[in-house]
Amino acid sequence: MSMQSAILPHAGARTLNADALHADARRETFGLLALLSPGLLLVFAVIIVPIGWLFWLSLFDETGSLSASNYARFFQQPSYIKTFLTTFKVAFAVTGACVVLGYPLAYMLSQLPRRAASICLILVILPFWTSVLVRTYAWLVILQRKGLINSWLIDLGVISQPLPLANNFAGVIIGMTHIMLPFLVLPLYASMKTIDIDCLRAGMNLGASPAATFRQIFFPLSLPGLASGVVIVFVLCLGFFVTPALMGGGKVIMWAMRIEQTTSLYSNWGAGAALGVVLLAVTLALLGLFQWLLGARATGVWSSR
Amino acid sequence: MQRFSVRNCVTTNCRGSVQALPQLRPAMNDPESREMLLSIAPTALPIGISGIEKRFGGVSVLRDLSLDVAAGEFLTLLGPSGSGKTTLLMILAGFVRANAGSIKVGGEEIIAMPPHRRNIGMVFQNYALFPHMNVFHNIAFPLKQRRVSTAETAERVEKALDLVQLKGLGERRVDQLSGGQRQRVALARAIVFEPRIVLMDEPLSALDKSLREHMQIELRNLHRRLGMTTVYVTHDQREAITMSDRIAVMNAGCIEQIDRPEVLYAAPKTRFVAGFIGDSNFIPVESRNGSVWYEDRKIRMTSAVPAAGCHLMVVRPEKLRLVADAQPAGSVNVIPATVGDVIYQGDSFACYATLRDGRQVTLRDYCRSDVLARLPGPGEPVNLGIDAEDVVLVAAD
Repeated sequence: MSMQSAILPHAGARTLNADALHADARRETFGLLALLSPGLLLVFAVIIVPIGWLFWLSLFDETGSLSASNYARFFQQPSYIKTFLTTFKVAFAVTGACVVLGYPLAYMLSQLPRRAASICLILVILPFWTSVLVRTYAWLVILQRKGLINSWLIDLGVISQPLPLANNFAGVIIGMTHIMLPFLVLPLYASMKTIDIDCLRAGMNLGASPAATFRQIFFPLSLPGLASGVVIVFVLCLGFFVTPALMGGGKVIMWAMRIEQTTSLYSNWGAGAALGVVLLAVTLALLGLFQWLLGARATGVWSSR
Repeated sequence: MQRFSVRNCVTTNCRGSVQALPQLRPAMNDPESREMLLSIAPTALPIGISGIEKRFGGVSVLRDLSLDVAAGEFLTLLGPSGSGKTTLLMILAGFVRANAGSIKVGGEEIIAMPPHRRNIGMVFQNYALFPHMNVFHNIAFPLKQRRVSTAETAERVEKALDLVQLKGLGERRVDQLSGGQRQRVALARAIVFEPRIVLMDEPLSALDKSLREHMQIELRNLHRRLGMTTVYVTHDQREAITMSDRIAVMNAGCIEQIDRPEVLYAAPKTRFVAGFIGDSNFIPVESRNGSVWYEDRKIRMTSAVPAAGCHLMVVRPEKLRLVADAQPAGSVNVIPATVGDVIYQGDSFACYATLRDGRQVTLRDYCRSDVLARLPGPGEPVNLGIDAEDVVLVAAD
């Protein structure tokens, strides 16, 4: 024994309590798994199971037999393609409007003194505390043919015919932009607040005019916040239902409305499920694309352009 | 815009001397380094600051502050937080607007000029490197604003990187750099466009102690090499003494004293300066009948006797020493005291003693064998000797 340990001085050290340590490590792993299990179960029950079910449902046609007809329909029926395009058109337009309105707003908020900024921020968040339905109806009252805006403009003599502001594409964009704006402004504001004021000072100190400093330093540094706001708004737009249903006047059919029609009007659960699966897949693909683009931004060196 | 004439130097073999920067002392006789010195610094300009007033709300931060910085000088603004030193630097850079006053750089008034036209390089406390650009683009930024050609930009950035010993790190991301490297990038960025003057706002405060001391020497040598007029802000008196040609000690919005470090240390004019730079013992003395008295002992001194009244005698701990004789001899003043504690500190020891009036004084000396042999114990009466030429008096508030 003593000779063996003399020949292999490390053998004893390696096996000393190795089994006990291994058992302890295993116990710890099991313990952690046990602690995780309620959360894992919940995720499984409320996310994995319903989505799997949705996917399963989408594989059956109206007669209850297994087929791919629910998916084939997307390519056969032009109305589906039109709905798909409308959905993206609305999502792009609303996201664009949110960026155009939200960026200056977030910039102003980030430059205000602390107290004024927190008051203005409450004004931005305030709509969150009101029902989407209520706000949409309020927009209808304001924008419809005999609504506030049209009657004022006619009374002032600016126009003679009421502008078509509600029950069409423009109405949907206006209503949805209002609802989506905070989702863009909040992450953008948060990222603008983290921009070091000394970086902007350094920019000016090194010879960049205020405009050049904004363009070359502030704007690139606010891009991560802008990107996350854009992703949130865009994804929310893709699945939005209430506002387009009310403000579109039946002329703007978005994806979620099509799902609702298919399931509640035609009771075709298979087709509705297929619509849901496609929306989910497209959303995931978009998120993946954003992640890929942003990931490259975050880890790679940004070009000077 | 003057050309960055370091370019001429590219063909000569100056690379070796650049890389030997930390050890390099100014060697004017060495033709190579003289060429460096002459070719990089054609733009050292004097700064004339006069009558600067700044109030924030009702609070006066700077009061009628005037200060002249010679061309090529390394001047440090030293003071506690709230003394207005950073505000003055911000006014120089143009980020804070003064209420009144004049700043002339090389004779040109810049007080009302927007920051991006001032052509002043600044190193920020937290470096303020642009996180979305790599090292090269950070340093190239001021050149890009000045529409310097791509080829020349590359050359000058390369030269600047070489100067701060970051050769080959141009493609690094800012977050891949250590604190000391970021510091150097910030420095390179502040000097690459040959600014008229360079400002530094506590640039070393974020570094750990040993790196800070290394960078102090490096900055000092870089300044000697390039000779740019530099205004440096710090609250660290040791840093100020190590690096500066002159130090302006600031307190409550005014300059208390401005002088070379050795003069400030040896002959502080006010109690604040004496207390802020180095350790000091303050011993109350009185001036009457044309001489200065500590209790009943006449103080021998080489400087002029001040006006009658109460004063404080400033004595540095290392200027005090233990003397055997209780009676003053020659030009040595002797003050009796009782030892409170003796603390051994390796290279030196500190002796805390109490004067007869109860005042605490500190004595510091090196641990030479002859001193150690006669080291007093706690409670022992001792005689503290002060040479007449070391006696400095300041007003007693």
